Order: sequence, then structure tokens, then C-alpha cells
Amino acid sequence: MSTPSTTRFSTPATLPAVWLVAEREIRMRLRSKAFLISSGILMLIVLGSVVAGGIFGGNQSLPKVAAVGTAVTAVEKTDAFEVTEVASVDEAESLVRDGTVEAAVVPAEGPVGLTVIAFDEVPNSIVSMLSVAPNVELLEPSDQNPFLVYLVAIAFGVIFFSSALTFGQMIAQSVVEEKQTRIVEILMATIPVRVLLAGKILGNSVLAFGQILIIALLAGVGLLATGQDILLADVGPSIVWFLIFFAAGFVMLAAMFAAAGALVSRQEDMGTATTPITMLIMIPYILVIFFYDNPFVLAIMSYVPFSAPIGMPLRVFLGIAEWWEPLVSLVILIASTLVMIVIGARIYENGLLRMGAPVKLKDALKA
Amino acid sequence: MLELHAINRSFGERRVLRDVSFTVTGGRMTGFVGGNGAGKTTTMRVILGVLAPDSGSVTLDGAPLTAEQRTRFGYMPEERGLYPKMKVAEQIVYLGRLHGMSADQAKTSAETLLERLGLGERLGDTVESLSLGNQQRAQIAAALVHSPEVLVLDEPFSGLDPIAVEVVLNVLKDFAATGAPVIFSSHQLDIVERLCDDLVVIADGEIRASGSREGLRAAHTLPRYEIQLGGDAGWLRDEPGVTVLDFAGGHAVFDVDSESTAQRVLQRAISTSTVERFAPQVPSLSQIFKEVIQ
Repeated sequence: MSTPSTTRFSTPATLPAVWLVAEREIRMRLRSKAFLISSGILMLIVLGSVVAGGIFGGNQSLPKVAAVGTAVTAVEKTDAFEVTEVASVDEAESLVRDGTVEAAVVPAEGPVGLTVIAFDEVPNSIVSMLSVAPNVELLEPSDQNPFLVYLVAIAFGVIFFSSALTFGQMIAQSVVEEKQTRIVEILMATIPVRVLLAGKILGNSVLAFGQILIIALLAGVGLLATGQDILLADVGPSIVWFLIFFAAGFVMLAAMFAAAGALVSRQEDMGTATTPITMLIMIPYILVIFFYDNPFVLAIMSYVPFSAPIGMPLRVFLGIAEWWEPLVSLVILIASTLVMIVIGARIYENGLLRMGAPVKLKDALKA
Repeated sequence: MLELHAINRSFGERRVLRDVSFTVTGGRMTGFVGGNGAGKTTTMRVILGVLAPDSGSVTLDGAPLTAEQRTRFGYMPEERGLYPKMKVAEQIVYLGRLHGMSADQAKTSAETLLERLGLGERLGDTVESLSLGNQQRAQIAAALVHSPEVLVLDEPFSGLDPIAVEVVLNVLKDFAATGAPVIFSSHQLDIVERLCDDLVVIADGEIRASGSREGLRAAHTLPRYEIQLGGDAGWLRDEPGVTVLDFAGGHAVFDVDSESTAQRVLQRAISTSTVERFAPQVPSLSQIFKEVIQ
């Protein structure tokens, strides 16, 4: 050195060192154009679907009907139609034939005093608006519109699936990169392996959680801006639960991905090593698509750690979870996350210096 | 002073290190020489604590090394590696900070070092855009950024052109002058000969020789002399106690039975003709190396 110095630096304490590693992960990721562009697209899709939902949901036009004579008052009374007054039944019929209106309502004999004329099928919605219906009492009314439930289920599924997979693969990739470029040897000689692992998990979890949080905020703001505040009040609590479950669930997956990355020495071998974890992420996604309306399957899903981040928020949204259920499930999830971190750290430590052929899981656990 | 005491290490059935013991003295450059697969890298990994020995210990100034002390070592592994997509200076600063430097200290130290190593213009370039030789210089900076307590370099000169070797050499010498033990391995015996103060020779996982360069050389120097006379040197053949190995006109190489015989030969040479050259033959490092690893 040009300036001989006797100052020796001592390694930073665990937490600052973890943060240094995490900060590098975040900085490098944010510098990657591919990452920025794909996140941008994901956010645009979310915002787009919220806004589109607002436009198509809000401007639903009333069904058009033509009415003749005394039927006009009866029809207008319902406030559920856009009424075109015509002079004769013939005229009304021709409007129905050319498609200007969905149906015509004309005076007739009988208890209702109206006849609905339609083209080739019975216009049930119009008929029901004009019918006298008996009182209906539901013993267990469903709070939610089934289509909306489906959308929310898919949204939780897709967002968890895509974020967990993207960021999980990133962790595995970053572990393999360090092994492949051999910088890991310098790092291991500098800081404890557990600090390195913790930093990686923290950095990528912060990114993943940040992305999910931005998506949640965008969805919230989008819903408010397009006047869908009732929907927001419905979905809001489940989104908050989703965020909490995602945070814990992702850390668990991150530990697994890091361990998988440490087993191989080349990017080419990474796919094979991460496949089992990819499956664990994919299965809940497929299940929720098929069983979003099956309370039994959802109940199981909401307690299994790998599917809880999708299952529990959905049950909260459906209103079929007791208040304590998310808490119990969260405790199970956090406990499994801790176990997974311990196992993952072991595999990671044992796998890091083994170059060449992929290390067998058994060997990595044993050594 | 860094000391290794009877280190043993096996990989499966293969015994890679057998009772390896040697000393690396502070303020001196120690060359670590051995053939391929002799156990150099394994020994260095054991010093760094990246690998644990099966038995034996490493001590610094008499006390067993702690993990915390090891983090104050500087290490350049045989397999070079830096993050390819990080900028050169940023990377060295990162490593400095992992060693506990503040952001400012790390930045100053990284820039000074890179400047000295001739990478001053490339601070903002990504590592992958550097030539291999320049990546190697950056690697040296990575090992030195935190002014380590002990410096361990595995093949620091491989892949460098002669000018770069000179640059790196000066940086390392200056560093050793601060009093830290420096150990480096190399295949290039001429460089080791020129640079190191002490030598450790390893073969088949065993230390075959260790000590100061001069000491080793003296131990392996035969009582052999070379002489170049203005006139004929034929009379040497009849001199008692002298065995002539090579002879051509005024030039001869001969072994003597004692120091006094050599002095007698010299006096007679001066009295008979002009003496252009009279010198003990010193073996080169590669000769010693070949001898001890056999």
C-alpha cells in the first residue's frame, strides 16, 4: 500500500452485513432492464384490468324495450329499462325484429296485464322484472357474486404464482452465479455463510414484497379512481391478508430456492434442481382455478403452508373463515418457514464449495 | 506470524495433506511452490477457513485462529471470480464494506488500489468488459482493499504480462513492507525466486522444504565452483582435492573437497594467469525444486 497503515477493520456485525448483501441484491436487480420491464408490464396488466372492470361494470346499459299504450306506465315504473314508446303492437314487433329493442311489452289480458314479445328466445331478465315473484328467504346467503369470486381467486393465484416463481428463480440464479464465478470463495472467507444466505433471502424478499405491495396499492387506487369503492371494501381485507401471507410464504420458498441453487454449479443445471419447488408453487395455483368454489378444498389449502397464501385470503374474501383461522394458519406458515430456513441453510452451506456435478440432496443434508 | 501445525486433510479416500507444518513470517513474502495437485490450494483454503482440516491447527501469533480474525485476511482464490455485471470500483467497495470498512474508507481504498494497479480509467466499467489480465488486477484489489492482517494469494501472477507482473509485484512488496505475512503460490519459479523472502515447497501433500530463500539455497549448494582464466586451466586436473566436471581451455567447473582447497586453487590461478571469473555455482530455484520434490 502506498500509505502503510496499521488500522485493521473488523467485520460488521451480523445485521449490517446481512443488509449489505441484501442491498447489493436489490441494487443489481433494479439495474436489470429485463426485471424493470417485466415488473412494469405486470403492473400495467393489473391496473388495466381494474380500470377495464370499472368501465365495463359501471356503464352497463339498461335493456331496451318498446312499450305500447298502458304498458308504458307499467314498464317505466320498474326503472329497469330504457323504454321506447310506440303507437301500435305492429310497430313494436318490427322494432323487435330489426333488433332495435330486445323485447316489446304490450297490454294484454290476464293477471299481469302485459305480454312480452321477443324475437327467438324468452328474455328472462325482462320477464322477471315484470313478474310478481314470491318472497325468497336464503338460509345461508352467499355474500359474493360468483364471477367476482372467480376473478379474485385467479388474481391471488396468478400474482402469488408469478411473483414467487420469478423472485424464487432469481435467488437460485444469484446463488448459482456466485458459485459459477467462484466469487463465493471470497465471500465465504469474508462473512459467515448464514449471513450471505440471510442477505440474499432478505434482498429478494424485499423486492418481491415491494412488487406485490405496489400491485396491491395500484389495485386499490384503481378501484377507488374508477368508483368501485364497494368492491374495494369487499376485497380490501383479503388483500391485506394476502400481503401478510405472501411475506411469510415467500421467505420459505426463498430459502428453498437458495438451497436448490447451491446444489448445482452451472446455470444449465438450475432447472432440474428447482423443478420440485416450482411444482409446489404451481399445484396451489391449479387447485384454486378448479376448486375456487369448493369450501372443503379451500379449507385444506388455507392451512397447508404452500397454498395458504392463496387459500386463506380467498376464504377471508368469501367470508367462510372464522376470525381466528388466518392467525392459526399464519402461525403454521411461520413455523414451517423457520424449519425450512434451517434445512435450507444447511444444504446451502454444504453445497456452496462443491463444484462440478450437481450435489445430491442427501449428501448436502448429511455432510 | 502465521503458523500451520500438522494439518491433515482427506477428500474421501484420498489424503491430500499430510502433516503440513510451516511458518509464514510477518513482513516477508513467502512463496508456496508445488506441482499440480500437490495440495497448494487445499492448504490455502484451510488457512482461510473455507475448508476445515481433519486434524491440526492454524495459529496467528501463537493463538488459534478465530473466525473473526479470518475475516480480516485477504484472499485471492485460484479460481478467479468477481460479479461479472458489477462495476469494478463498486465491486471492490462492496467487498471492502463486507470487511467492515465505512463507505468512504472503502471507496478511497478501492480507488487508490485500482489506480496503482493501472485500472484508474476503468473504475466505472463492468468486470465482464475487462480483459482477463485486467480482471486479474481487479482481483488483486479485491484481496487488498481492507488492508488485511494476512494476505493469501493463489497464483497471483498467472495470466499477467511481464509489465503487469511488475505492477502487481510492486503493490505486493509495498504491502508486505507494512508488516503483514504474505503467502502466495506460483508455478512461475523465476518470479518466486525474484520476489519471495521465504520458500515452502510442497509435493504430494507433504512439505518437502521450507525456510528462507538464502538458507535453502545454501543448504542445496554443492562445493562447486566455476573458473575462467586468461590462460590454460589444465593444471587443475592435477590439483589434489579437486574433481573437474567440465573443462574447455580457460574455463572449468569443478568440485572441491573443502573450502581451503578452493582458496588454494584461487591463489594458484592468480599467480599463473589472469582470472576473469571465479565463483561458487549457486543452484537455481528450479534446480532445488526438482531436487526436493523427487
